[in-house]
Amino acid sequence: MTVTEPKPRYKYVGTRPVRHDGLEKVTGRARFAADLNLPGQLHGIVVRSPHAHARITSIDTSEAEAMPGVKAVITSEDFPAVAPGHRQYDMCVNVIARDKVFYEGHALAAVAASTRDQAQAAAAAVKVEYEVLPAVLTIDQALAPDAPVLHAHMMTAGANPPAEEASNISNITRFSSGTDMDAGFAEADLVMEREFTTRPVHQGYIEPHACVADTGQDGHTTIWCSSQGHFNVRSSTATLLGWENTRIRVIPAEIGGGFGGKTTIYLEPLAVALSAKAGRPVKMVMTRDEVFRATGPAPGTKLRIKLGAQSDGNLVAGDAYLIYTNGAYAGPGGLLGAMTVFESYNIPHFDIEALDVVINTARSAAYRAPAAPLTAYAMETLLDEVAEELGIDAMELRLKNAVTEGEPSTMGFPFARIGFVECLEAVRDHPHFSAPLGPNQGRGLAAGYWFNIGESSSATVNLNEDGTATVVTGSPDIGGSRASMALMAAEELGIDPMDIRPVVGDTEAVGFTDITEGSRATFATGMAVVEACRKMVVELRGRAAKMMGVDVDDVDWVDGQAVYTGSDSDKDPLSVADICAKAKRTGGPLTATGSLEAHGAGPGFAVHLCDVEVDPETGVVRVVRYTASQDAGTAIHPSYVEGQIQGGVAQGVGWALNEEYIYDSDGVMENPSFLDYRVPVASDLPMIDAIIVEVPNPAHPYGVRGVGETGIVPPIPAVANAIYDATGCRIRDLPMSPIRVLEAITANGGSNGS
Amino acid sequence: MSRVHVTCTINGDPAEFLCDGGQTLLDALRDEVGLTGAKEGCGTGDCGACSIVMDGRLLCSCLVLAPEAEGTSISTVEGMATGDDLHPLQQCFLEGAALQCGVCTPGFLVAAKALLDRNPDPTETEIRYGLAGNLCRCTGYDKIVRAVQAAAERLSG
Repeated sequence: MTVTEPKPRYKYVGTRPVRHDGLEKVTGRARFAADLNLPGQLHGIVVRSPHAHARITSIDTSEAEAMPGVKAVITSEDFPAVAPGHRQYDMCVNVIARDKVFYEGHALAAVAASTRDQAQAAAAAVKVEYEVLPAVLTIDQALAPDAPVLHAHMMTAGANPPAEEASNISNITRFSSGTDMDAGFAEADLVMEREFTTRPVHQGYIEPHACVADTGQDGHTTIWCSSQGHFNVRSSTATLLGWENTRIRVIPAEIGGGFGGKTTIYLEPLAVALSAKAGRPVKMVMTRDEVFRATGPAPGTKLRIKLGAQSDGNLVAGDAYLIYTNGAYAGPGGLLGAMTVFESYNIPHFDIEALDVVINTARSAAYRAPAAPLTAYAMETLLDEVAEELGIDAMELRLKNAVTEGEPSTMGFPFARIGFVECLEAVRDHPHFSAPLGPNQGRGLAAGYWFNIGESSSATVNLNEDGTATVVTGSPDIGGSRASMALMAAEELGIDPMDIRPVVGDTEAVGFTDITEGSRATFATGMAVVEACRKMVVELRGRAAKMMGVDVDDVDWVDGQAVYTGSDSDKDPLSVADICAKAKRTGGPLTATGSLEAHGAGPGFAVHLCDVEVDPETGVVRVVRYTASQDAGTAIHPSYVEGQIQGGVAQGVGWALNEEYIYDSDGVMENPSFLDYRVPVASDLPMIDAIIVEVPNPAHPYGVRGVGETGIVPPIPAVANAIYDATGCRIRDLPMSPIRVLEAITANGGSNGS
Repeated sequence: MSRVHVTCTINGDPAEFLCDGGQTLLDALRDEVGLTGAKEGCGTGDCGACSIVMDGRLLCSCLVLAPEAEGTSISTVEGMATGDDLHPLQQCFLEGAALQCGVCTPGFLVAAKALLDRNPDPTETEIRYGLAGNLCRCTGYDKIVRAVQAAAERLSG
């Protein structure tokens, strides 16, 4: 670990205790959503479109309804009508199609029956008639002048002049330095421009979406589900059903991975509607095939970047034209790409234009630092080319141009204290940086940025009669956040983390909390925990003062004890347990809450160094060594910070080398299984050396920066730069699968044609 | 369709259950026996989350028909600990933070135990290939491999 700034010594923060939910997970007892069964439960199955683009002319459910065991069949008719302009129109019509289906796998009806087999048979018996429409499957098709328009109401937001006709461009984002770009590029000694293409990829969480809904005769429902945000499940389900939030209680199950893909909903409103209609609990579990076809993917892109640099390596101008496909509905890919593409470097003249485009594929969902890995792929490989062309070391070029505290971002705000330079230096100073390479091996360097977010969080701290504590938050734990909540609470209260039980509370047990997204749980929900604990300490001091019979101003909280600091007489310190034992006589139960809108999420930077070995005969690329530095601000539980970095690397390597959605000419996905959509396995990867850089975030009581996302940003360009170093081939089309690498090597005239 | 009666041994205890002829052993374990430690991540034998050992062989239980369990001896993650004593693999996974979301963990533990039963002193490469049938999307495998190395050392010590 590299500690780059002096920081306070903590007793518990920064230690590595066994996580509180670990035992349940290594014994098979942890309850994920698909593990729950209720008495009388039915099984729900979704009817999905076989067409990528079609008008639904009729749905006949009569035969399905008459089949054995069938208790309910629903279509969009069972939900309140929604019209374009509705706040969550896209989400609503994605969960259950109205008049049109927009991708293969689009849900349009659902069936509940006594057994899964019965439900499947009935789902197959739902008769749907379609008027098949021409499918728009690529960015080029979507932007063609005669392209079929998916949504008649889609007037491009952000267009200047305003759009007068509907198109497949949902949004145009423009960020600019406001300076003369021609003059900017004229200052450059070198101008390079490159284009890149990428395809959609899936988050690939191992647990398919699942839920159980139990709707009572009183019109209230309880949902158990796997999600990154159960308050969002509640509000989205309420929106679809036209219900008040109070009619819906959502109990978070353990979540088997999300990476952004479980920040939206698919099944829950269907399960509730089926349960309401049948009067029985309904369980719905997606197959892997459904997960691939109907959930997730991260956008595909076409990216063009032009950079101007002076001969000393000083970047002076950058022009980016970014197109993202968000699948069948409007999405933020281009916007987020625009927000990240030039953010890591000081570029005085910049102009960024980004388009978000709809096509007939599944609606995109967030995927770990959404959009940023792709802008990094373009930017960081182009930077490598600029460095080579100028004869400047790639590390030096980055160090020379890296943003630092006080410098303006392309978004216009000045950066607070950030750790980009420290991350670069940590890699530069690592033995890996100067280690020799073997035959057919190459080394690639790349950096990454993600802004991280704050949002709303709530926490409740309850002290128990025996002096132990329960910390309840509303943040689903997707990577060890319960352990970090317990560590921060332990530090505040001065009690052992193992005497604290961190709990993810349901929607009726804790205050509103936004989704676990944007690397915000340990940052923002941690702030709420700290706030609650600090209120608790004020209360504990007051209680202790009562017990001692002294003024509260003469009682301090030191190392988990109330200590009398006055001069009247000696008083024994009182521990949390002592105070809890007398709580009934000093004012009643000890409970405190913290609820806040967190601001100041510290931007996360990461720098990765990757060695690959390329087989010149087959084009197979093996990652043989990997080192990744990342600024965590302060690592609350370093093991899980390392885990986030290592996991991001593995996903990024898969994205770089193997992963892609493959569609046939009708828009039917051809590789909807883990056999054909190949994610990295243990034998594909080496150990991943994670370097935690700690430049505390000034806005967080412990200096935390979110760490969940940034780690996936640099791997694609790091791998691409390493492949170039090994082969002399620049591959600007993802994934860099054996066939593409081999084609590039062959086109380049051999195995090392540089 | 009448159900099939299956008698077998699960985690050392005699067990019997009724199942449909076409039901997978994974579904039978989860829904008929009530052992939900094995998970369905794919249903096609590609992810290993449903790993079990049947008569000494590591299998994806989603690829086994439940009636095939007749007369066999099955081990699942629920049988790894002895009373309150965790198996060294379980202990090393906990201590080494070798899990994040935890949904793949039961499959990895079962597969890792099968590996160490066969090869008590595996190299890193042998561990990586031995676990290549199990997908983890959270950890990047680093801490999993290290946990298996630590457990191997502990078991041999």
